[in-house]
Amino acid sequence: MAKILMKGNEAIAEAAIRAGSLVYFCYPITPQTEVAEYMAKRMPEVGGVFLQAESEIAVGNMLFGASSSGRRVFTSSSSPGISLMQEAISYMAGAQLPCVILNIMRGGPGLGGILPAQSDYLQATKGGGHGDYRVLVLAPSSVQEAVDLTMLGFHLADKYRNPVMIIGDGMIGQMMEPVEFPEKYEEPELPPKDWAATGAKGRPPIVIKSLHLDPYVLEDNSIVLDKKYRQMKRDEPRYELYKVSPGNRILIVSYGTMARICQTVIDELETEGISVGLFRPITVFPYPEEALRKEANKKNIESILTVEMSMGQMLEDVERIVQGARPIKFFGRTGGIVPTPDEVKEQIKKMIRSDTAANSRKKRG
Amino acid sequence: MFQSETTIFGRPTALRETVTHYCPGCTHGVIHRLVAEAIDQLGLRERTVGVAPVGCSVLAYNYFNCDFLESPHGRAPALATGYKRSRPDMIVFTYQGDGDLASIGMSEIVHAANRNEKFTTIFVNNAIYGMTGGQMAPTTLAGQVTSTCPAGRDIAKTGHPIRMAELLSALVTPTYIERVSVHSPQHIIAAKRAVRRAFEYQAANRCFSMVEVLSTCPTNWGMTPSDSTAWLEENLLKYYPLGVYRSPDKGAV
Repeated sequence: MAKILMKGNEAIAEAAIRAGSLVYFCYPITPQTEVAEYMAKRMPEVGGVFLQAESEIAVGNMLFGASSSGRRVFTSSSSPGISLMQEAISYMAGAQLPCVILNIMRGGPGLGGILPAQSDYLQATKGGGHGDYRVLVLAPSSVQEAVDLTMLGFHLADKYRNPVMIIGDGMIGQMMEPVEFPEKYEEPELPPKDWAATGAKGRPPIVIKSLHLDPYVLEDNSIVLDKKYRQMKRDEPRYELYKVSPGNRILIVSYGTMARICQTVIDELETEGISVGLFRPITVFPYPEEALRKEANKKNIESILTVEMSMGQMLEDVERIVQGARPIKFFGRTGGIVPTPDEVKEQIKKMIRSDTAANSRKKRG
Repeated sequence: MFQSETTIFGRPTALRETVTHYCPGCTHGVIHRLVAEAIDQLGLRERTVGVAPVGCSVLAYNYFNCDFLESPHGRAPALATGYKRSRPDMIVFTYQGDGDLASIGMSEIVHAANRNEKFTTIFVNNAIYGMTGGQMAPTTLAGQVTSTCPAGRDIAKTGHPIRMAELLSALVTPTYIERVSVHSPQHIIAAKRAVRRAFEYQAANRCFSMVEVLSTCPTNWGMTPSDSTAWLEENLLKYYPLGVYRSPDKGAV
């Protein structure tokens, strides 16, 4: 299929339809409303379900109900709306229901702003709602990757019977890029959804729930969930390296839109004779921990720079994973400000200057 | 043991053979039975999905013999909407108490009714929070004593009890809304008719249907079961008049 120019939000919506999700609920919020508008037009064309709910709280619970029927279900929102969905996400994780939720992140906390940010990282990867649970979190850095990960997201949601969240930001949602959809969406076969509530015809009733009043049963349920999260950690980490070479002194760790900007920084520094590599997690839960540790521990790496459009949320994961093996610096802007390549470059040059000074002090010392 | 050859009164197929956890004198058991009988009579059991609330009837899925979803507090109408929109061929009902439906879930029920979602809501109104131990509900009567209004509900501070049947009947969208009670055999028979009608309207894909059922809570009202039925008749009936409030055939009644 030929490439077509599409806005990120619309491309993601189309990807969801092509992945077989014909059930979509929404509540308008900037900067992702184009997903809803696109779905309002497309869903009737493909015989799907489109419904604008009264709130994101209702959207989350509509997803719960629809997913219980065995259908592939999808919603999209932005930061404050995602907060309202946390109730249902916790319940769906507890009841082991698949769904795909797109968060086109904007600046927060609170109503915040409407411009791009990455400040929902902790909410997405560490729970967000109550209880011992995790959601799979995928972080695309281009419109094409957003399409591919959205399709993969539906597969992973069904494979693990778990909510999957795609975290983009206002930039990914709003920019236009050429994208290509597969001629026919093909995915590895999944087990039948024999857990779905489809009417107790010729079988005992199915109950989809997260309530377990017996503490031993509830603990067992959490152990079952934990086993699943461990399997995700083993089998699903995804990442990409950019210009990682033995010549690197600094390793940048960045994801999504910010990683894309860091690539520009790396390209520009290369022309100045400065060699920097990039580690970009594609899944931020499960985080590609082993891969990051391996890259961070390479002899040539003197220090790590974590760059985010937040006050340093992924930084906590990077620190945890690197475990003090290398000094970690952080650069971030938030509130809806997208750092310029020059700002990041300046940060790297500062690091090199101080590393060089420290090294020469060490030599003199 | 003597066994009659003809069963003249048995357990509905839509109910499981199990003991419920409800308090002595509580009318949830009666209401469960009415719902199950309606499902049986209309032959809907094998394509019915119930949505359980948070509250005393949180374990309803242990008692009904059909597929069930367990909803967060108040969100049953949103779950039912999501399910029914995905599977319009199925029969869906929510079973909700007054704290669930009239307080935390007020938004979900109003909008589901307004969108004319084709499911049925059984709204059990006993004017108190049962499961959490007898706190004030939006439906608690003026002056009624509960653990969070120990001096009696002060309407100057907490507003008047909310009449859900009347409130939803104010919507322009056609719906079926009836208020019934289960404090006496005659009223139970009338309630049964209403519950059946609600499922019939759904099965015919005609409209959203809600039956508000006035119910007792002897434990949290601090009364014997028989005093509870008398109290319901003397107090709840006066503030919550019985009758058909909306019907798709007649509009506002």
